[in-house]
Order: sequence, then structure tokens, then C-alpha cells
Amino acid sequence: MNLLTQLSKYIFIFLMLLFALRDYTYLGRHDEDKKLKVLKSQVRLIFIMEILGYAIIFGNTLEVRVLLLLMGILLYNAVTLLCYRSFYPKCSMLLVNNMLMLLGVGFIMIARINFDQAWKQFLIAALGTAVALVIPVIIRKLRILPRLKWLYAVLGIVALMGVLALAAVSGGARLSISIGGISFQLSEIVKITMAFYVGSSLAQDTSLKNIIITTVVAIIHVGILVLSTDLGTALVFFVMYIAVLFVATRKPVYPLAGLGVGALGALLAYHLFAHVRKRVEAWRDPFQVYSTSGYQIAQGLFAIGAGGWFGTGLYLGKPNTIPVATKDFMFAALCEEFGIIFCICLLMVCMSLYILILNISILIRDRFYKLVALGLGTEYAFQVFLTVGGVTKLIPMTGITLPLVSYGGSSVISTICMLAIIEGMYILREDEGEEVVEKKRTRLRSGRRDR
Amino acid sequence: MRRREQDSDPEEEIGKDIRRILNGENVREGADERAGQSARAQNSRPQMTPPPENARDVREREKARRRAEKELARRRNRERRKRNGPYVFITYAFVALFIVLVIHLIYFQLHMKDDILNSPYNKRQDSAAEYVTRGEITTEDGIVLAKTDTSGDGTESRTYPYGREYCHVIGFTTHGKSGLESKENYLLLTAHNNVFDQIINAFTGKKNPGDTVVTTLNAGLQDAAYHAMGNYQGAIVALDPATGEIKVMVSQPTFDPNTLASDWDSMVADSSNSQLLNRATQGLYAPGSTFKMVTTLAYFDKYRTLDGFHYDCTGEFPVGNITVHCYDGAVHGELDFTGAFAHSCNTSFSQIGLDVGNAALTKAAKKMLFGAKLPSDITASKSRWSLTDASGDADLVQTAFGQGQTLVTPYHMALIVSSIANNGVLMTPHLVKEVTNDAGSPVTETAVEANRKLLNTDEASVLQNLMRAVVTDGTARALSDRSYEAHGKTGSADYVKGDGSVGTHSWFAGYANKDGRSLVVVVLAEDGGAGSTTAVPMAASVFDTYFGG
Repeated sequence: MNLLTQLSKYIFIFLMLLFALRDYTYLGRHDEDKKLKVLKSQVRLIFIMEILGYAIIFGNTLEVRVLLLLMGILLYNAVTLLCYRSFYPKCSMLLVNNMLMLLGVGFIMIARINFDQAWKQFLIAALGTAVALVIPVIIRKLRILPRLKWLYAVLGIVALMGVLALAAVSGGARLSISIGGISFQLSEIVKITMAFYVGSSLAQDTSLKNIIITTVVAIIHVGILVLSTDLGTALVFFVMYIAVLFVATRKPVYPLAGLGVGALGALLAYHLFAHVRKRVEAWRDPFQVYSTSGYQIAQGLFAIGAGGWFGTGLYLGKPNTIPVATKDFMFAALCEEFGIIFCICLLMVCMSLYILILNISILIRDRFYKLVALGLGTEYAFQVFLTVGGVTKLIPMTGITLPLVSYGGSSVISTICMLAIIEGMYILREDEGEEVVEKKRTRLRSGRRDR
Repeated sequence: MRRREQDSDPEEEIGKDIRRILNGENVREGADERAGQSARAQNSRPQMTPPPENARDVREREKARRRAEKELARRRNRERRKRNGPYVFITYAFVALFIVLVIHLIYFQLHMKDDILNSPYNKRQDSAAEYVTRGEITTEDGIVLAKTDTSGDGTESRTYPYGREYCHVIGFTTHGKSGLESKENYLLLTAHNNVFDQIINAFTGKKNPGDTVVTTLNAGLQDAAYHAMGNYQGAIVALDPATGEIKVMVSQPTFDPNTLASDWDSMVADSSNSQLLNRATQGLYAPGSTFKMVTTLAYFDKYRTLDGFHYDCTGEFPVGNITVHCYDGAVHGELDFTGAFAHSCNTSFSQIGLDVGNAALTKAAKKMLFGAKLPSDITASKSRWSLTDASGDADLVQTAFGQGQTLVTPYHMALIVSSIANNGVLMTPHLVKEVTNDAGSPVTETAVEANRKLLNTDEASVLQNLMRAVVTDGTARALSDRSYEAHGKTGSADYVKGDGSVGTHSWFAGYANKDGRSLVVVVLAEDGGAGSTTAVPMAASVFDTYFGG
């Protein structure tokens, strides 16, 4: 078994490397046949990865439920691919592949650390994907979406007030509500509503007055999160807002002013809130405050160091010694058993997902959707940066998960929904494209007839 | 790609251009320009007719059409780029963040990993004990200080052939880890033996031998220091000021690391003499007169010379509501600076303290690393600096001659002397010379490097001369008739014992040179009385062993 595991870690790296490479070769291919080939090969890689991972988990645990879960996951992958391909032939299958790969890596690592969580993660992902399947239709048909800005703002702030109330009750320890044994983090929904709010508000109007109003609403969002100690999400919202504001106004002065205010705010937060100071202390020297706030980071760093370039191999590391290994410190656990090279490839997959989101933001015509896609994409990329940077001690840890890979019901659902929204935009864009072509053709024809 | 371009040109102007192109208008205009005279001649006709259909014209037209299309495509691209500029900018900005993450991961792997894995908190490496037999720790010349014995049934036990003599510096692995056992835990449990052996061991299920840690400790010198201490509690540290290699680290009272597991409970229950504490690096003591080195530095930095100083010692010095006395009721009479230093005159240094003032003394102390984290392989306490802006003259004066609230470790004192002996430069002190694999081939070697420059050469030379005077005609005369040239400063630090009576810690901090070699020795004997009576002979025995009498 040991030898097999040792061998498998190189195979994992190879599979991931190949998958990541395919992501980028796809972007360079123009021939539809070749594109299809790339996609098919990616699907094969996902299935091989999942089967290999679960084979090793089974070999180490010898529990039948491992095989059951594998069946479930393979079925889920197949059905998801089939549904998207048949219902939405115009969607981006590359996006679906990336989503399944990231989820798949998560399924393996979570099952290795805590099998019960893997079951839950699987059920939530399946449920989330099923629900999210209607989202592209909604995006396509519901033309009223761009005009609902106040609805988004109210939804977001109400949800965040809920978070604040929870934080106040539990002394900042709990930021989620529990529904049927599955904890749900309200701030995850707000990630979507806030992007929609900012997008709809700035798409309509970039007058100074409206910018001030939008900024105030954004500050309320960020402020509530800082008060409820969810610093990571607060930062994600802040950066997203700055990015959208810059793109909407095309004036660098706004983001620069925003960054200035943000730096001031961060300094203020550092002096006002003990929980902010703790994070910074733990970042500067985790070993100085090892017994308290430095413990997690130190364990994470030990894990990454122990893994080295190629990782220890599944079940040969000790990711269980890292607190919340399946959530905030997922990346450290991955580094330990899969190695740095694998994790760099994983980051490249995350980056390609980000590029796909920004790509639609650039291509689509509708200003509202342009801004929403940019907002959602920025949120995704910055969240990855915060969690990976935090775990590797590049920046202070902000207590945020790696989207799709980490265990966490609400995070998985909201990210799947976010990607479904992006798929909706890909379909919308194809429609736009057809409209343009259609218009051109009719004009051309009428022009010729005139002559 | 082509379709994409068409799709995304919303600007009406460009749309018109395209339609014109597709209708052939623009093409005809372009073609007319270049079609030559025949076409121009035709222009005079009231109604436009198609140009003649010869091969050249067709080619020209095609060319012009292509050129126009290219121009349009370029314009469209420019438009699009302008429109999407901010989007592209944001994309690149976040792609850059991803790249930063990747670079950081690689950097972590190459440069940060070892320090982190070496942390004594890293329990992860302990799992390597399943595959690796913990390596040996030896002196600089290969005498084994710690090894792991494997009995016939495979059980391992860690044994320490020299037991108590090296107990603090080597440390233990039961009940947590300490000393070098803790600091070098990672490498002791890492095997760099022959790769073929490793493969064979993997198949036969045998453990690989862990790496050997070769310390800088010198067996003969450690032995001399250990025995010189006799029954005194306290510590001796000796190091080579030119390299930073720590040759001796003795702390008393000791424990037996071989029986620690069974002794632990009774030892922890008995809090009277804290045997587990490494007094060399963690014991905080009043510096006594050894602190006069720092006060001298402050004075020299302020006045740039020691020549102008004269003081008539009457044996007492009233300040605030206390009166300072010289040690043992001595009256020194008329003294210059060198005399005051050599005879360790407390009243003179009270006057010097007042002359120097709080700010300058604090500055000098900070410069000599009081209150700062010290460079050290094993756990070392920070020395405590207690003067504040609010301190009065009485505090200032007492601190100036080494009483007061200031506390220092023997290790810190050794680093101060080391920088003086090495003309101001503190070499990075280290306990590990190199790490080798089981066959003795080096795995890592500790570089000899300067840690920082604590003093400039003038400051160092002034202190060197004063410390020489202490040996030639001061409190450390016992060292004057040796083959080596000794320098030093004695100290007798009063402290209040547990039962309320006053005791005196005996200090010596100095160094000696012979034939280009030098050695720093710091001795602290708890309740040993005057520095000259207890600490100096201990230091002498270490110097004698090192330089040969």
C-alpha cells in the first residue's frame, strides 16, 4: 500500500499538471473539434483523479462507504456534465470542468481527513448544482434583474445584520446559522447580492451623487462584517467594490482614493479591534504566540514544509494536526499530502477559472452583466489570494476558505451559484452575438434589395 | 475569433463602416484611387459604371479590400481595447496576484522551509521516528554526548554517556524537549545515509540512522569548567570570540538525563533549586560590577575620553535617601578612571553614573542588547533593563555600578565580552558546528559570520585596556602570572535570599589571548561572595586548560 501511495502522488501531480495545461491550451485553440478534444481529455482526467484518490482512501480504510461515495461522485460528475451539455449547449464547458476538478480535489482531501464531512460536502454540492441549473435560464429570461438594485442592497444588509446578531450572541465565535445540521454562512449569499447591487447601481449611473450613495451602501456591508469579526469577507467585498468602481467610472482616482481610505480603515481597525491585532501578531511571528493565536498558522506551515515539492502522499502526512484543516487551512493540508507542485497547478486552475469569468465580463455587451461578472470574478480571485496567502504566511490569516475545494456548505453552494450565473452570461452573450449577426444580415439584405 | 470580433462592435460608426465594406462602396473608392487613369477618365461620366473586368483590376480590388478590412479590424480592436481597458487591467492585476502566490510558494519551499521545520514546536517530525533512529550528538572532536541504543527486541532508549555534565545544553526528549535535543530535533530525525542502504532498509523494514549533530563544545574544557564549579550553583560560559563557537556551557545544579523519566515528578515537586533551568542562558542575575563595562561605554561615548576623570573615594556616596558603599567597606582614595575600573570602586562609578545621566546610560545598555532578543541556538532569556524616564538619581547610580533592578544572563555577559575581545564585532554565537550523516559526511555546516557590530574599534580598545588593568593591578590579579594575556572584570552582586538575608553572587567576565587564539569566559557562582575570591579561580582553571597554564 505504502509503495502504491508513493507512486500515486506522482500520478496526481501529473494529472493535475495535464489538466491545468489543457485549461490554457483550450484558450489558444480555435478549431471547435480541437476544443472538444481538450474538454474530453479534461473530463477523463477528472474521473481518473477521483478514482485513484478514492482507491487509495479505500485501501487505507477498507470501508465500503468509501466506494459508495466514489460512485456518487462519479455519477454526479457525469450528470452535471450531461445536464449542462444538453440543456445549455452554448455554455462554457471549460468552466464546468474546472468547477468539477476543484470540487473533486476537495472531495478527496476532505474524505481523507474527515469522511463524514465529505459526505455532506458531496450532498451539498449535488443539491447546489441541481438548484443552480435553473440560474442560467433566470439570467437569460429575467430582464428585470439589472433594475433591482435596492432589492439587492436590502437583502445584503439584512443578511449581514443577521451575521452581526449571531456574532454578538456568540461573542464573535459563530458566524453561521445551522439548518438541518448544515451550517450556513449568510455572508456567502451577500457575496452575490453585493456584486449585483454594485453592478446594477453603477451600470445605470456613474454620477458623483450615485457613486457616493453606492459607496455608503458598500461601506455599510464592509463595516458590518468587520464588526462581526469576519475580516476576510470584509476585505473581499472591499476589493471587489474598488475594482468595479474603477471599471465603471474609468477614473483611476476612485480606486486610488478607495485604497487610501482602505489603508486608513485597516490601520484604524488594527488599533480599535483586538481580533485584528491578534491576526497581525500571529502573522508576524506565529511562534511567538504559539500557544494562542499562532498555533494554527504554525501547524499549517509545518504541514506545507513537511510536504515539500512532491508531498508526503495521501495518508502519509499528518493534516489532522492542523486545526480546521478542511476549511481555512485546506490549502496547507493539500500542500502536505499532494505537494507544492500539485498545489501550484491547482492555483493555475483557479486562475483559469478567474480568467474565464473575466473573459465573459469583457465579451458581454450589457453593462450590468459586465460589472456583475467583474465583481464576482474579483471576489473569487481575491478570496483565493487571501486564503492561500494567509496559510503560507504571505499575509495575515483572515479566516476564509478556498472556494469549492474547502469544506463548507454555504461556500460551495454560493460558488456553484456564482459559476451558474457566469454560465448564464455565456449563454446571454451567445444570444447577443446571434442578435448582432441577425441584425447585420437583415440590414444587408434590405440594403441589397434597395439597390 | 473572427465571429467574436464581429459580435463585439457595438459602435454604430464602425457598424456603418462594415456595412459599407460589405456593400463594396469603400472598396470601390479605394480601388478608384489606385486603379489608374482609365478609372479616373471614367469618373467624368455622369453615371457610375462597374470598372472593366480585367485581371489586374480584380487583383487591385482584392488588395484594396483586404487593406481596408485590416484597417477596420485595427480600428475595431483599438475601440474595443479602449472600451475594455479597465477590465483588462483588473484581469492582469489579479493574475499578478496569482503569480505572487506561486512565487511565494516556491520561495517558501527554497528558503523558509528549513527554519520552520526546525522549530521545536514541530511535532510532525516525531512521526519520522518510525523510520529513523534518532541521531547522535557529539562534541567538536567526536565524543558522543547523546545516542540512541536499540535493544534486541527493538525498543529504543536515549542515553547520555556524560550525564549531568552536559545536561542543560544537550537537553532531554522526555517530557517535551529542551536544549539541542529540541533545537536539532528535525535533523536528528532526518536520515541522509546512503541511498542504496535506504532502499534496502525500506525493504527489510530496518530503520535508517538519523544525522549526527556535531556541537562546538570542547570536551576537555567543559570538563574543567564542570569540575571548577564544584558545589556552587551557577553557570560558566566560554566561547571563541573570533568565531562565535561556544566551547563551554555549564549550569549547576544539574539533573541526570538518563534517569529523568523516573526523577521527573519529584524534581518538579521540589521547586527549591530549579535544576531544569539552564542558568547560563536563562538565569537572570544582578550584573554587579561587571556592568561597569557598560557604564564605561556610556561615559566614553559622551566624553570621547576617559582622561579627565578623577575621584576621591571616601568609601561612601550619599544619593537620594541611600548611601552607596564600596564593596567590603573599602576606601580607595584618589583614583583616575582606570583605577576606579580596576579596583571596581562603587563610589567613583556612582559619580560617573551621575555624570553620564539616565539617557546616555540607557542608550549604551540598549546598544549592548539589554532588553533585546539575543542570537542563540537554544532558548535564551532577554536581559532586563529597568531604568525609565521616571527613575531618580538613586536608581541611576545603583544601576551604574550594577545593582538596582537590571538583570542579565551569564550568556548575555559572554556576548558583551566577546564583542569587546573581537574589536567590537559580535560573531554569531552557535552551538552546532555541523551536521553529518551516519558516515560522517557533512550535511550542513554552520557558517562563521558576524552577527552585528556592537562597538567601534575605539570603544572596544578602551574597554580592552581597562579590562587588562583589572588583571595587572586590580581585582583579578590572580590571572596576571599566566602564559596567556587575560582581561576581565569581576563583580560581586548583592541579592536578597529567600530567607531575607543578603547574599553575594560572584562574577567574572573576561577573555584571554595567546598565540592568536582567544577565549571568552564568563563565570557566575551564586552566593559565591566576592568575584575575585570565587569566580576568578574558576575562570583561571578554564583558561589554564585551554591555553595550557
